[in-house]
Amino acid sequence: MNNIQEFSKEIKKGNKRFIAKAITLIENEDKQATELINSLYEFCGNAKTIGITGPPGAGKSTLVGELVKHIRSLDKTCGLILVDPSSPFTGGAILGDRIRMPELTNDSGVFIRSMGTRGSLGGLAKATRDSVKILDASGYDYVIIETVGIGQAETDIVQTADAVVVVSVPGLGDHIQTLKAGIMEIADLFVVNKADKDGAPKTARELRLMIEMSNYAVEERPPVLLTDALSGTGIPELFTKIEAFIENNLKSGKFESRRKEQLLFEIQDILDYNVKKYIKTKIDKDFYKSKVEEIFNRETTPYVVTEELFNILLNKGE
Amino acid sequence: MSERKVRILVAKPGLDGHDRGAKVVARALRDAGMEVIYTGLRQTPEQIVRAAIQEDVQFIGLSCLSGAHNHLFPKVTSLLEESGADDIIVFGGGVIPSDDIPFLKEKGIKEIFGPGTGTDKIINFINSLCDE
Ligand SMILES: Nc1nc2c(ncn2[C@@H]2O[C@H](COP(=O)(O)OP(=O)(O)O)[C@@H](O)[C@H]2O)c(=O)[nH]1
Ligand SMILES: [Mg+2]
Repeated sequence: MNNIQEFSKEIKKGNKRFIAKAITLIENEDKQATELINSLYEFCGNAKTIGITGPPGAGKSTLVGELVKHIRSLDKTCGLILVDPSSPFTGGAILGDRIRMPELTNDSGVFIRSMGTRGSLGGLAKATRDSVKILDASGYDYVIIETVGIGQAETDIVQTADAVVVVSVPGLGDHIQTLKAGIMEIADLFVVNKADKDGAPKTARELRLMIEMSNYAVEERPPVLLTDALSGTGIPELFTKIEAFIENNLKSGKFESRRKEQLLFEIQDILDYNVKKYIKTKIDKDFYKSKVEEIFNRETTPYVVTEELFNILLNKGE
Repeated sequence: MSERKVRILVAKPGLDGHDRGAKVVARALRDAGMEVIYTGLRQTPEQIVRAAIQEDVQFIGLSCLSGAHNHLFPKVTSLLEESGADDIIVFGGGVIPSDDIPFLKEKGIKEIFGPGTGTDKIINFINSLCDE
């Protein structure tokens, strides 16, 4: 790579090739990515970020495509990060979200990047966060992150956004159950997509009921909106609600406190990540193996061993 | 730590509406541990090149059954060159007469895989270029 100064200059100019290369460095956990983020950091913080999550097939990508078209009609620019699961067995992935938004590829005011979850060391949230920073520094007005809402890793990702939209569809009883189990709390707005299908109003009613029974304060209850992403019905209304949510938070100070909470999470997360990486370099697999033998034979205990390992990490003891 | 994962755009330029072959290749590449960005049917060369740049892929695999490959494939390589992205390696497949292969190679298409090519051949091709 060229030098960092040159690189960050091109990114600030919005040079897509450099933006793309930067995201690759981030994804590959290259050291230069960190330098790049550091040099761009003072130029970040202006983009509004929107997280979109929900079960596979709910129509998230279609909806994102329509949302971006709407945002573009208001003369604002958009950076997109579309996350899809990698195969846990091979690490490979087919990333097909672009299929749902083919027109956007030719739009100079849009940048789209597909990402596999890869899943090493839980670095995904970090990679998304940092990619958002690149798009932010490049001057995009909005950055939208799409993830499949299943696991903790995915919810961690969307929680880095200023506004989180959870997408449901009619006739997914199970999905409503998973909402109860935790995804519920991360939503700032709910969307029932595929409103053209039977059962959409019923799903919306069920959602509203659940919201009423959950821990949201009355004035903070997320709205439930109906969309038909195929025709674009309900998309302008969705965007208006997202904007209103962010606007209100800006006025009330919640926007700032939320970002500060996210920063706290971020530094803890990076620290966590670095510690894990450090442990990997300090203690090799064979050492673990021999310790497992000793513990198995009751010569020592898991606690004694971890204490010992901890001392090695702190460079005390032998 | 910083290991570069192979990213590859599989694209279908032209107007034919069959992507079974392209999907078979996409799945095989995924199973070989690669990240395949699949952009769907009827992509223009401009769309393909722009997507390839944003996705920062090392390879573009083009599949064309419509017979327009002599027009579409070279258009992709020339647009890549214009964008300063001609380090991206382009290969093709589909229904391509062997008589056309020399012309396409001259236009910067690295390899052409005829119908019925085993996917392992394509994977080997990619891996051997990655090792270089
Ligand atoms: N009937 C109907 N189908 C939709 C709607 N939105 C998306 N779809 C279809 O649902 C399928 C999955 O869409 P996609 O956007 O890929 O979903 P994702 O997996 O959540 O990103 C596609 O076949 C879409 O055409 C909608 O509002 N109504
Ligand atoms: Mg999707």
